[in-house]
Amino acid sequence: MSPQLIWTAFSTIFRREVRRFTRIWPQTLVPPVITMSLYFVIFGSLIGSRIGEMGGYSYMEFVVPGLIMMAVITNSYGNVVSSFYSAKFQRSVEELLVSPTPNWVVMAGYVLGGVARGLIVGFIVTLIALVFTSLSIQHIGLTVLIVFLTSVLFSLAGFINAIFANSFDDISIIPTFVLTPLTYLGGVFYSIELLSPFWQGLSKLNPVLYMVNAFRYGVLGVSDINVGWAFAGVLVFIALLSAWALHLMSHGKRLRH
Amino acid sequence: MTAALSIRDLQKTYDNGFQALKGISFEVQPGDFFALLGPNGAGKSTTIGILCSLVRKTGGSVSIFGIDIDKDFPKAKQQLGVVPQEFNFSQFEKVFDIVCTQGGFYGMPRKLAEERTEKYLRKLGLWDKRSTQARMLSGGMKRRLMIARALIHEPRLLILDEPTAGVDIELRRSMWEFLQEINAQGTTIILTTHYLEEAESLCRNIAIIDKGDIVENTSIKSLIKTLSREVFILDTREALRDAPDFGDFEGRLLDEHSLEITVEKGQSLSDLFALLTPQGISVTSMRNRANRLEELFVSLLAENKQQKSDDAGEGQEAQS
Repeated sequence: MSPQLIWTAFSTIFRREVRRFTRIWPQTLVPPVITMSLYFVIFGSLIGSRIGEMGGYSYMEFVVPGLIMMAVITNSYGNVVSSFYSAKFQRSVEELLVSPTPNWVVMAGYVLGGVARGLIVGFIVTLIALVFTSLSIQHIGLTVLIVFLTSVLFSLAGFINAIFANSFDDISIIPTFVLTPLTYLGGVFYSIELLSPFWQGLSKLNPVLYMVNAFRYGVLGVSDINVGWAFAGVLVFIALLSAWALHLMSHGKRLRH
Repeated sequence: MTAALSIRDLQKTYDNGFQALKGISFEVQPGDFFALLGPNGAGKSTTIGILCSLVRKTGGSVSIFGIDIDKDFPKAKQQLGVVPQEFNFSQFEKVFDIVCTQGGFYGMPRKLAEERTEKYLRKLGLWDKRSTQARMLSGGMKRRLMIARALIHEPRLLILDEPTAGVDIELRRSMWEFLQEINAQGTTIILTTHYLEEAESLCRNIAIIDKGDIVENTSIKSLIKTLSREVFILDTREALRDAPDFGDFEGRLLDEHSLEITVEKGQSLSDLFALLTPQGISVTSMRNRANRLEELFVSLLAENKQQKSDDAGEGQEAQS
């Protein structure tokens, strides 16, 4: 396919993905907004006022970047895993498989669809956060870049989960038993400086910690970890997951006979 | 002339060891209306799956308009439109979006895709339903939706896997007319169907597949010619109390206005009428008792089954 045809195919997939999650906005855009608003009220405002400072900032200021990142991660992942698995379940994925669209374009279309939802939800959550606290972003470029790359990474993970999934149970297992613990223990609600050296060391094996802290560094200018490592780690994981997803697609894993 | 479809020694063995295709070969010429027939599990859908890349072949070669799918599958796919047996579109998307989006997957600019979507939805009587979610359509409308979607990039070869299954007679006839129209405009069509009347009415050439082998590949006319006997039902104007004299024909009285007569190879209908007319019998209409192709189809499959059981018997003898 020529670059023009590839662009048309990619934009068609992307547009369809955006159309899907905006069509069902009460399921896709409203719930994370309500959940995050409750986090802001309970953890940030009610309990946070009794906690005092965290990392040199009020607890509300500290927790806001983590909650925005949590919303971006879960929505990016959730969008791709549910959309691609639904396409498999309804067999509408065959529309793409029988067409000349290359595998990498299919992957890119779905992943960028997930990124679009992740960023839209992240933006709405940011607006809600402004009701509770003021945000003066320290490093705007770095903030945008890390949130974008994190969204790409978790959209890719959702895509791979959907390829392997054989049932709707399979698309909820990873978010429930892997993604949620990693996110909650990834420095969203606390600084790892509060932990003993053993648990600090263990926490540093959690990739979400690096992304949350890189984002927090972009917003507040403070981080528990080296931000350079965070970017390098995210880029390496994106490369590895992209290669894995394309390998699965080219071998037709659970897509072709 | 380059064949629209050329299949050579095509084989497929699934992971569980089941050999769905045992090395089939056939060609479909450009402009043809071709029937691929076979009982359930014969290998029809596997063959179609290989052509559209949903099934990976384990041997042999396939060319679509001279483009080898092993060398340039994306280009080959541009020539091909497929209407699958089962509904495979998002039930929650609107009719217009389903068709138009498919155009995008083939790299069609949005404006062109929208124009073509309107063209084919109108032709297939779905324009009024363009804003309806697909799940709200009737079974027949869903089939027509899949045809519109398969035509959006105007393929040179259209494959329809049982397109009229579960479709009422009126709609089936209108779909036949539509398919004949696009065939007349140059689109090569391959049809699988369980309705043998459909194959006989629409198709010029035929391949019959059974247990992964091609058991017949010829023109419909040639196949019909091999029939050794045909059974006709004749409706008479006059009420008949007793069976008339059938001469050399084999016949019987079905009821007071119908006769069932077997015409063997070598006998003619003119001789039959010449026999009945002097007896004061006027025939108002006549029809085949059963579909002619159906009789052939059943006999070919029976022969194939017999051949296989003979081969197996010989194999066992050789081993013992």
